[in-house]
Amino acid sequence: MSKKKSEQFEDALKRLQTIVEKLERGDLSLEQAMESFTEGMQLVQLCHQKLEEAEKKVEVLVKDQQGVWTTTGFEPVPRENTEGSP
Amino acid sequence: MLVPIPQQETVVFTVSELNSRIKGLLESNYRFVWVKGEISNFRIPASGHYYFTLKDQQSQIRGVFFRTQHRHLQFVPEDGLQVICQGRVSVYEPRGEYQLIVEIMEPQGRGALQLAFEQLKRKLEGEGLFDPAGKPPLPLCPQSIAIVTSLTGAAIRDMIKTFQQSPYPLSIVLLPVRVQGEGAGREIATAIETANGLLHRFHWEVMIVGRGGGSIEDLWPFNEEVVARAIAASEIPIISAVGHEIDFTISDLAATLRAPTPTAAAQWVVSRLESLQSDLARHRDRITKTILYRIVDRKQRLHFLDKRLVDPKRRLQDLRLLVDDRMERLLLAFAQKLQQLRIHHSHLSRRLLLVGPGKSIRQRKDHLNQLCRDLNHRYLQLLENLRFQLQRQSSKLDTLSPLAVLARGYSVSYRLRDGTIIRRASEVNSGEGLRIQLSQGLLECTVNRSIEAAEALSSTKSHEETRK
Repeated sequence: MSKKKSEQFEDALKRLQTIVEKLERGDLSLEQAMESFTEGMQLVQLCHQKLEEAEKKVEVLVKDQQGVWTTTGFEPVPRENTEGSP
Repeated sequence: MLVPIPQQETVVFTVSELNSRIKGLLESNYRFVWVKGEISNFRIPASGHYYFTLKDQQSQIRGVFFRTQHRHLQFVPEDGLQVICQGRVSVYEPRGEYQLIVEIMEPQGRGALQLAFEQLKRKLEGEGLFDPAGKPPLPLCPQSIAIVTSLTGAAIRDMIKTFQQSPYPLSIVLLPVRVQGEGAGREIATAIETANGLLHRFHWEVMIVGRGGGSIEDLWPFNEEVVARAIAASEIPIISAVGHEIDFTISDLAATLRAPTPTAAAQWVVSRLESLQSDLARHRDRITKTILYRIVDRKQRLHFLDKRLVDPKRRLQDLRLLVDDRMERLLLAFAQKLQQLRIHHSHLSRRLLLVGPGKSIRQRKDHLNQLCRDLNHRYLQLLENLRFQLQRQSSKLDTLSPLAVLARGYSVSYRLRDGTIIRRASEVNSGEGLRIQLSQGLLECTVNRSIEAAEALSSTKSHEETRK
């Protein structure tokens, strides 16, 4: 689903690119240009939205008692530990 | 040649005895030796033991490296490899052969790990494991990130710091592993496999696999085949971020992207999002600019067309001016042509005069003029003459006029009835009206009596006489 979302994002960006190029070529009628422009602005909006909608968080993947993988909040350990100490 | 026969006290060995003696001698004296040489005739039979010959320029010795011993060897020996071996000498009695039983083998010139690295690299390269075409592409918008590393290392602190300082909402999930020591490679590989197995639930867009700096031994798990294969098999694109800038690992080669450090991997993610955002802004600006330009341009064109549309009269005027102009030019051209012709003509006539009989023409002209004058003169004379004659004839005519007769006292009588001139008295009866034409004026009279000619004559005579 989220993967789809990221694909949507990439598709949106690709489409936006195409629209920009099409508009810049200038062989569209004014109506077509206006239509493309509107779509382009919507895509910009959509992409921005997608960029904003994620949630900033750091978690650790752990297995719960039932053996199901889940995530739990994580606070980095202060700098006393050395690399990879078991 | 004589062979001395052994004496009674001389010991004679059987072959077995001798070999046994030699075995005892060698194996007790060479239980722990270091030998260096070049490997040749290397082979691995089904047993898995390594068999080879160790040689230098003058000599050679057979060697064997048992499977249980070479299990921990990080590289695979190969022909031509210079090695230092530690082991013992062993005699194989049935064949009377001795060989070196190797317990430790180190490549000479470079470290074992270096060699192992090169060998694994060559092997995996040969399999196409590093082929970029086979790697999943990096995401355009990396927001959900899995990180395989130690929870306690510097790497994770640095990466989280970089992410948290960025303005972007990033979702990070850590998969804790040991990143050094025995079994670490296996753990790392398992974590990568686990992440891929959970992809349908967590939808990571990119995975960072790595650790902070350390010795080559510390970094070694990232040079292990199991890790390389897990990375190569990953559906999630992987950024390998191991050690410092100078450290290259097999993981780096198997991953989609090598980051020089863990921090750099995190920065790549952030900068990808930055460039995405600026791309979006740029696209927005470009389409806005383009559409504004389009609108302004159309407006101008419309305005221009509008102006042209309004006034067809102007065009007519323009045409008129054009026609006038053309006509003027035409006339001018015509005048010029005429002038040219005139000049040409006068030139020609001058030439004609120059070459022609000019003098005689002038004489003739003079003569002609003279004749003209004479003719005129004569004509006037003739005219005068005619006028004179006309006058004479006219006065002659005057004397013949009946009016002149009347002036002398005669008169003319007309019958009033029909206007006929009366010449005889008999032509009228008495009582008839007459009109008498005198020199001056008219008389209308009534006839009293008509007298015949004879009577009249006498009466007239008497009348004249009376008058006299």
